[in-house]
Amino acid sequence: MSGLATSARVVGALGARSIRQTFRRPQLMSPIIVFPTLLLAIQTGGAGAGVNLPGFPPVQSFLQFMLAGSMMQAMMLAGNSGGIAFAVDIEMGFTDRLFAAPIPRFAIVLGRLAGTAALGLLAALWFLAIGLVFGAHIEGGIPGALLAIALITASALAVGGIGAAIALRTGSASVVQGLFPLVLVVLFLSSAFFPQELMVEPAKTIAEYNPFSFIVEGVREPIISGIEAEQTLEAVASIAGIILLGLGLSASALRHRLRVG
Amino acid sequence: MPAIVVEGLERAFGEVLAVQGIDLEVGEGEIYGFLGPNGAGKTTTMRMLTTLLLPTGGRAGVAGHDVVGEARQVRASIGVALQEAALDPLMTGRELIRLQATLQGLPPAAGRKRADELLERVGLTAAADRRVGGYSGGMKRRLDLAAALVHEPRVLFLDEPTTGLDPVSRKTIWEEVQALNDDGTTVFLTTQYLEEADQLADNVGIIDSGRIVAEGTPEALKEEVGNPHVELLVGEGAVPEAERACAELGRVLPPKDADRVLLEVEHGAADIPRVVRALDEAGIVVESLELVRPSLDDVFVAKTGHRLEGEEGANAAEEPAKA
Repeated sequence: MSGLATSARVVGALGARSIRQTFRRPQLMSPIIVFPTLLLAIQTGGAGAGVNLPGFPPVQSFLQFMLAGSMMQAMMLAGNSGGIAFAVDIEMGFTDRLFAAPIPRFAIVLGRLAGTAALGLLAALWFLAIGLVFGAHIEGGIPGALLAIALITASALAVGGIGAAIALRTGSASVVQGLFPLVLVVLFLSSAFFPQELMVEPAKTIAEYNPFSFIVEGVREPIISGIEAEQTLEAVASIAGIILLGLGLSASALRHRLRVG
Repeated sequence: MPAIVVEGLERAFGEVLAVQGIDLEVGEGEIYGFLGPNGAGKTTTMRMLTTLLLPTGGRAGVAGHDVVGEARQVRASIGVALQEAALDPLMTGRELIRLQATLQGLPPAAGRKRADELLERVGLTAAADRRVGGYSGGMKRRLDLAAALVHEPRVLFLDEPTTGLDPVSRKTIWEEVQALNDDGTTVFLTTQYLEEADQLADNVGIIDSGRIVAEGTPEALKEEVGNPHVELLVGEGAVPEAERACAELGRVLPPKDADRVLLEVEHGAADIPRVVRALDEAGIVVESLELVRPSLDDVFVAKTGHRLEGEEGANAAEEPAKA
């Protein structure tokens, strides 16, 4: 078997383990599905009249508007949970088992990210299903839904890279867990839950340059109106940037961990 | 060719030199016991030999490959069972062995077959589909050992394989290690148990404060320390007379209580008949007699000035916490 095929099998096996680990540890699963679903229910139930505000983008319903934000939230918490799980592996010495195997060591990081991306995919499917069940239209049709799913999956991989880097650098699950509020701050300072046009300063300016705003708009557009090339490209560019940042930081943190043991 | 060659190996953590230029050689098919208290540098040395930690000085080769320059080849040749039994409590035993098989590059069908064989070998077939979190300490160590054997490694590294285990589980691990060695596997094991090193190891290296202070077969090391002595229980009041009767047969050692005589003898068991005859001729009744040989603990005391057993960690600086 070629080295590349073996590495692909290792990434697949570690990704599968990471998904099983998430399903078997409720504290990893609940932030990905339960928490964002509850928040979606509360927000659509309590702030649905927001769609009538002047400047609110034309949408079929507040639920339709909120789907992208909920997917983003679930995706970012999947990245955070992936980082926590990775740090737990380091704390209990499981990564030593992996580092002692004759595989490229970055395959260990990629395996973790594959699992996180799969959880992002699951979250996207879950919220699209909820939207459809409760009457939200996907204006971009099946291509629009597939685009939203692909963007969320890729974003999970990107955010997971940053989570993995922090886990590798600190080796501490509690440090990664401590980033949970930061995830929400980053999200609330984007257009995930509220239209940018209706924000006040300085949140409006921060949201304007927040890369997660570009991603959320790339996911939202196919849901509320249809696929738009500009938003899609901006989202892809933001995701690519975060992926490069995450992989770069992970590679550096991995080198550091191997050096210090 | 030796299975492991280490020359001037060093590892510093900041200002602390945890391993201070050690040299050792382990022959093919040998069991090498690396003995020392907590914090002596055993685990740090093993982590360097298994490519988990880069040395800061010296060199080491395992299975003919350099641990720094040819780390991947080293990892393909070795099996590693780590001290903390690095197992995911959420995985089942079967999942863990299959994952290990994938990590070692076995095709899926071969990995499944090998997992079944190994689970059978370590007596975990019935528990194979249970989560590892529910295993006992002994079961975890056996599973860890099985995982290390997936690819039939040339050299097996075991980091304190029986620490914290009950005597029965400890014996099971010893038997398995011995069986593996009988099949030709070289075994490098760290331990803080003298009995473990004595029972299993062909050669022993004693490490203290990052330095190897003695190396050799357990027998040779013990012989280095001195001759065995005979401990005679003769009853209170008979000690001076017994000491006089034995004076020409060996060196009378300072007594440890009022009714015992300690006599160092040159030829061990061969000297016992002469001692018994001398005491009989002097009319002294011997209530019990025991030949006491030097232990590895005596070797440790002779080489370091402190005891190994019962004082683990008391005399050596703890290894710095991992970052």
